[in-house]
Amino acid sequence: MNPMLNLWLIPVMPLAGAAINGFLGKRSSRQAVTAVALLFSGAAFAMALLVAARFSSLSLPYQEFFAHWIRSGTFTADFAFYLDQLSLVMLLVVTGVGFLIHIYAVGYMWDDPSYYRFFSYLNLFMFFMLTLVLAGNYLVMFIGWEGVGLASYLLIGFWFTKDSAASAGKKAFIVNRIGDFGFLIALFLLIKHFGSLNFQQVFGAVIPLPAETAGAGLLTAIGILLMVGACGKSAQIPLYVWLPDAMEGPTPVSALIHAATMVTAGVYMVSRSHVIFERAPVALTVVAIIGTLTAFFAATIGIVQTDIKRVLAYSTVSQLGYMFMACGVGAFSAGIFHLMTHAFFKGLLFLAAGSVIHAVGGEQDMRKMGGLRAKIPWTFWTMTAGTLAIAGIPGLAGFFSKDEILWRAYQASWAYWLLGLVTAFITSFYMFRLWFLTFFREYRGEAEAGHDHGSHSGRDSHGAHGHSGIHESPKVMVIPLVILAVLSVLGGYVGVPGSLGGNNRFDKFLGPVFHGSTLVDAQHTAIGEKGAPEQETEGSEPKTKTAASTELMFTAISVLAALLGFALAWLLYFRSPELPDKIAASLSGGYQTLLHKYYIDELYGALFVKPLIDGSTRILWQGVDRKIIDATVNDAGDGLRHVSDEARHMQSGNIRSYAGWIAAGSAAVIAFMIWMWTGPR
Amino acid sequence: MSFHLILFLIFGAVCVGGAINLLAQRHPINSALSLIAVMAALAGDYLLLGAEFVAAVQLIVYAGAIMVLFVFVIMLLNAGVEEETKGSRVAILVGVPGMLIGGVLVAWVVLLRSGTEAVPIGALPGHPIDIAQLLFHDFLLPFEVTSILILIAIMGAVVLASKPESAAGKVE
Amino acid sequence: MVPLSYYLLLSGFLFACGVAGFLIKRNIITIFMSIELMLNGVNLSFVAFAAHWHALAGQIFVFFVMVVAAAESAVGLAIIIAVYRTRETLNVDQVNLLKL
Repeated sequence: MNPMLNLWLIPVMPLAGAAINGFLGKRSSRQAVTAVALLFSGAAFAMALLVAARFSSLSLPYQEFFAHWIRSGTFTADFAFYLDQLSLVMLLVVTGVGFLIHIYAVGYMWDDPSYYRFFSYLNLFMFFMLTLVLAGNYLVMFIGWEGVGLASYLLIGFWFTKDSAASAGKKAFIVNRIGDFGFLIALFLLIKHFGSLNFQQVFGAVIPLPAETAGAGLLTAIGILLMVGACGKSAQIPLYVWLPDAMEGPTPVSALIHAATMVTAGVYMVSRSHVIFERAPVALTVVAIIGTLTAFFAATIGIVQTDIKRVLAYSTVSQLGYMFMACGVGAFSAGIFHLMTHAFFKGLLFLAAGSVIHAVGGEQDMRKMGGLRAKIPWTFWTMTAGTLAIAGIPGLAGFFSKDEILWRAYQASWAYWLLGLVTAFITSFYMFRLWFLTFFREYRGEAEAGHDHGSHSGRDSHGAHGHSGIHESPKVMVIPLVILAVLSVLGGYVGVPGSLGGNNRFDKFLGPVFHGSTLVDAQHTAIGEKGAPEQETEGSEPKTKTAASTELMFTAISVLAALLGFALAWLLYFRSPELPDKIAASLSGGYQTLLHKYYIDELYGALFVKPLIDGSTRILWQGVDRKIIDATVNDAGDGLRHVSDEARHMQSGNIRSYAGWIAAGSAAVIAFMIWMWTGPR
Repeated sequence: MSFHLILFLIFGAVCVGGAINLLAQRHPINSALSLIAVMAALAGDYLLLGAEFVAAVQLIVYAGAIMVLFVFVIMLLNAGVEEETKGSRVAILVGVPGMLIGGVLVAWVVLLRSGTEAVPIGALPGHPIDIAQLLFHDFLLPFEVTSILILIAIMGAVVLASKPESAAGKVE
Repeated sequence: MVPLSYYLLLSGFLFACGVAGFLIKRNIITIFMSIELMLNGVNLSFVAFAAHWHALAGQIFVFFVMVVAAAESAVGLAIIIAVYRTRETLNVDQVNLLKL
């Protein structure tokens, strides 16, 4: 039937790399550590390519059983892998982009004393992420889910001697846990009602169920709880607060985990569970609303941030919002498409930002950059490609994916579309703001020849190397940038929609995954989609000219929004750079609010964190731990001592008292013996 | 009122009187003499039960050797009238009730179970030849072991009771 | 004809007196004598039962008890002498160095 693909090798390879580097890396040379790290992650990528090559000959979905795990009554959960088109896309993205970032990190982290630890953690992350993507049941996916959270914590707090980094790691993990709680409850509900967590079994049981249009029901509950988990992992409202702080980690970490792969796990999970969501319209609406609001909200914060990585972090949150918006209106393949292109251009942007930071010796404040265009040309051109892509300039990857989302959103509700459009405008604005501030006009920083590296205020503490002045990054860092730039430009062409004359092969490719379940979705019937055999895509192949031209019109509007953003950024940051400060002064209330991220962190602190810590200190520590547990243990010891203190008076050294005790004891023995002989008759 | 019973009562009265006197006397020598009286009466009781060998051994060994040893020690140590010191309350408070309870229990069981079977006078003649028959055939091992026991006791007594100067090397 | 229970009661009474003496008396030697009294009470019990059940082994056992009592009293009195030498007293309440 199906050939044995040995899918289990794909996650296990990076795990082996992590183990080898983790245990032996401390005493190995940098070259050895590098070789191990690149070898195993490269091997995973190679295997993924092999799987892709043989993909067309497989009958899908391909399931591979690895080992027994839980057998409890009628519930079984095994270590099993699952491969279909969706997994394949995720697999290629994760291994491909992951491998590129590994290569980049070799150059970026070269001077770090804990070099081996970094690569050990990075490989460990790859292992967990691949487990998540290839999982055949929710439980194995949950292993990957938790594992990437762990890897994220380890990597965010990589420079753990810095307080801010350690706190950021903790914050990420704890906020993730809150989301995981929702995920777990959803799993429990699944077990209770469907008796299994295996994808095929669950989805097979869900498909015949009717849609819960009358409001809340089991599937709605499961859907909303799954979304809670996704909010934690993919940094949506209200659990997004950890992602900007996560920028404390090294830039390759930000690129890999907090842009390209881990944060997309939520989107993947929601897409994987699409049969559940499609039958719970309320849950789907929740997803869409959260996604849209997050996209807009995060974008507004991004316009005033001064740290280059923070801007990109909020941009990530915003783009993830787009992906959830897509899923929320039922356009799952559009969401995955945007996930793929986002991995390319956001990964590129982060890596390029890392290159910029490396060039200026660790400075991350954009106000102290500028004029770098001529000095670091490779970085400049690749970052330009990424910026154009994310802004949605026609021809590049982001354009196609974002457009499809906006079009499908409009078909669901004009409100989604409008907010999405405004967000696109704001996105374009802050990205070009970043671009202008970093590369144009004159340099405002201090990293010229002969300066003292220790004086700058950048938080990226790796900038202490020998050469002085602003310099381009080494080739090992530049080559991945170039590759990702090429992908950012060309990667969108697999999804050119019909209205622009393309075939939307991506949508067709994912068709068998997202089709095959009766869609009781009123939003789709508006376009006259009929249930049809496999070639039917869930994207709307326009059947009528009017639908096509409407789509073209909307495309034009989004392009206009992107260009407007560019124009505004050009005005404020290139032509009249004194304007932003004046605007900020005149709108100082709004400006301060945005600068302080709507004071959400402070709000959470007052509402949740402080009461928890206070309660924990006063009730749990001093009350329970000290007064009850410690007291019990201490009193047990003390009590024992008192008892033995009393008991030792028996050893009085006085023979007569011993005799007295003996007499009493022997009377007891005699009584017992008599009772034994005369009693039970 | 058979002769057996009268004799038993006489001997029994002597035993009881001697025991109580042992408790009542303050000077140990008086207690020792009371104990000798008890033993003699017990020898008579043994004869009533037919154990002639045991009775003889009782008089010779117990009353004649052990008690003499006691008297020697009392006189050697010049033991005087017993002092009234405050000792342990436990002995009185716990021990005496314990003893009483034990005694009551035993008495109760005895009276409950034994009924009125009578033991005739001289019920089991313990001729020396029969005793010897048992002793040197069935109980040979214990017999030999006791001889070793006595040997050890002798050595121990000699060592323990010897003057400290000469025994300094050995005892310490 | 004397019932067996009479012998046993006498034996028990002697034993009880021995225990009482052990508890009440303060002179070591007197305490020792109480022990001998206990042993005698037990001996009487053995002989009475031997007669009742026609088992000569009872009398043999009495024999052994006496042997052991002899050995024990020899050693015990030697100890008493040794204690008297060091503590200069025969009062058992004053031999309490082993108290905690």
